Amino acid sequence: MAEIRLDRVTKTFGANKALDDLSLSIADGEFFVLLGPTGAGKTTTLRLIAGLEAPTDGSVWIGGQDVGDWSAAERDVALVFQYYSLYPRYTVYQNLAFPLKSPVRNYSPSDIDERVRKAANTLRIDHLLDRKTDKLSGGEMQRVSIGRAIVREPTAFLMDEPLSNLDAKLRESLRAELKDLQMKLGATFLFVTHDQVEAMTMGDRIGVLNNGRVVQVGTPHDIYNRPRDVFVAGFVGSPAMNLLDGELSGGHLAAMAGRLQLPYDGASTNTGPVTVGIRSEDIRVGPDESTDAIVHDVENHGVEKIVTLRVDDTLFRATVPAKIGVDIDSNVKFSWNADKLHCFDRNSGVNLDHAGAPG
Amino acid sequence: MAEIKLQDIEKYFGDNYVIRKLNLTIENKEFVVLLGPSGCGKTTTLRAIAGLEEIDSGDILIDGKPVQDLRAGDRDIAFVFQLFALYPHLTAYDNIAFPLRATRESKASVDEKVRAVARALQIEDLLSRRPSALSGGDMQRVAIGRALVRRPKAMLMDEPIGALDAKLREEMRTELKRLHLENDQTTVYVTHDQVEAMSLADRIAIMNEGVLQQVGTPSEVYDNPANLFVAQFVGSPVMNITPANLQSADGATKVAVGQDGVAFDFPSAIEPQLSGAHSDLMLGVRPEGVLLAHNKTAGHVAVEAHIIEPLGAYDIVDLKIGNAFLRARTASGFVDRPGDMVWARIDPAQTHFFNSLSGDAIHVRLDE
Repeated sequence: MAEIRLDRVTKTFGANKALDDLSLSIADGEFFVLLGPTGAGKTTTLRLIAGLEAPTDGSVWIGGQDVGDWSAAERDVALVFQYYSLYPRYTVYQNLAFPLKSPVRNYSPSDIDERVRKAANTLRIDHLLDRKTDKLSGGEMQRVSIGRAIVREPTAFLMDEPLSNLDAKLRESLRAELKDLQMKLGATFLFVTHDQVEAMTMGDRIGVLNNGRVVQVGTPHDIYNRPRDVFVAGFVGSPAMNLLDGELSGGHLAAMAGRLQLPYDGASTNTGPVTVGIRSEDIRVGPDESTDAIVHDVENHGVEKIVTLRVDDTLFRATVPAKIGVDIDSNVKFSWNADKLHCFDRNSGVNLDHAGAPG
Repeated sequence: MAEIKLQDIEKYFGDNYVIRKLNLTIENKEFVVLLGPSGCGKTTTLRAIAGLEEIDSGDILIDGKPVQDLRAGDRDIAFVFQLFALYPHLTAYDNIAFPLRATRESKASVDEKVRAVARALQIEDLLSRRPSALSGGDMQRVAIGRALVRRPKAMLMDEPIGALDAKLREEMRTELKRLHLENDQTTVYVTHDQVEAMSLADRIAIMNEGVLQQVGTPSEVYDNPANLFVAQFVGSPVMNITPANLQSADGATKVAVGQDGVAFDFPSAIEPQLSGAHSDLMLGVRPEGVLLAHNKTAGHVAVEAHIIEPLGAYDIVDLKIGNAFLRARTASGFVDRPGDMVWARIDPAQTHFFNSLSGDAIHVRLDE
């Protein structure tokens, strides 16, 4: 069992508060992704769980036990880093066998051989076992580092941006492989990344971190469709959600200096300035739509086009099918899918649909 | 006015070719992106145009005149690097004005030019700041301003937004495109990021191992890749590529994919056109060309959904086809959970065939 729980953890480095009263609970066998920008506290969280840092306040629990007094080795978690840190003069086999040869572990040579071959088979690197690691490609090296974590059969895997150094194509295939691996092993995975695509595609649940605090925890679907605040709304999704100034009054929403008028049936008691959020795929462009705009930019993404529209000085993006012809600086008509609209309090940034509910 | 013409350019280090027989014409006012993985020769090509790198053979012509013997400073070309390379002790204003120092222009004329550029880049209120007080995006705007202020014939950019975070890169892409529209400068832009190339370019030139693979508009390159390399380098998620076998029985044509051959229906018109490839046939189809249905449907094959990757606006579903995988793009939430059975079809109109030995595309017409 490897349920991981952080209970009201604070971590300060000098005057700098890296984590601020952070509580988080990761279920046994879950693929949990910590997502956030640089400096959000993701890596610090990971290092606290691994036992490489001690919390200033609060406690860390693994498998129902407070591990505050446990050393990193006693915690039985495996770490995989962005940088491979393999032994360059050793073969892949020797690198995989290395963690098993520690005197505290006591594995027989045949046991070691069996575990190494099983890990190599799982990661499809059997054919590389005799190769020196400096003769490997980036993707192969990262597979070996993951293999080195697997051989010990730890209760949990902690991964710190393991895919960021790889090229786009390789990242894509390793994403699916890692997800597949986690499903096969049934182990608890805590995966740290700043890349929202990785978080969305791999996570059973995502914890969004900003400035040392958890902003929202939820399934990819929740995070994408019900962002708790402006930060999550703008951070998750590509292209980024359009965020515009608006005014709310009596169940009615006005944006773009009144050019855009929409019904709003959310928390209709609210009035006043809001930030309106709408994703590019929830904006329709076509001759029969309601509002005029000028095409500011067209990006061809192959399967679809991302069109930047301009109304007065306001810019926002819409997704249209690739086959539709749109020319820069031409006039078009658009309308918004009012059901997919988000309203955020202009000051606090909190989604009005979430107001009052804890994140 | 600046048309840039590269004729039979070659460059080698010892026995290693960096650029091999490169022919490319960049039209006046055109935005061309050189796209390829690291080490493909794209930056060397750009530096050769700028005069920062010598070539071993061939000609570089700007507006019809060979420029190999001209020094970098005399080619009237501006260069923007990935790393901002600003003078840290000068303000943004002085950084932008710097290239005009040697021109002996009057102060008023320099001031006018600096402010015009700053207005275009929306950094007018930052002009008195030093680079250390600027964000990454603003530093790169200043660097671009410095390149633009001389009104050079052409702009060369080497991964200018590669060091910025994802959201800022999205914004800067639009800005760069608008800037190009307003200034009409011939632009050559180097990147390894296919999204940037697709979004910005009038035409994309894709390079690999020093060899030009294909030149075309974003649509041409995406819809009609010339070979396996281009097919897999452009587009995200990557195009599915799998060994394929032609089968015909009872007058119906099928293409079997993967090792143990799950067969999909295809129009019989493809058969004579593919007969030359025999066992060396590869099939390529982008995830949007793999079509799914919930229920048994004519012409569809039952397959298992293995992994579902939700991307918010849509899902990518990994389908298990024998021992191979095909990725399909579906509406968000279309397949409920991993392990579900769905019915799949490959859209012949979106299918590409390649010769696996040469890697070249085999162009197939579906109508007879």
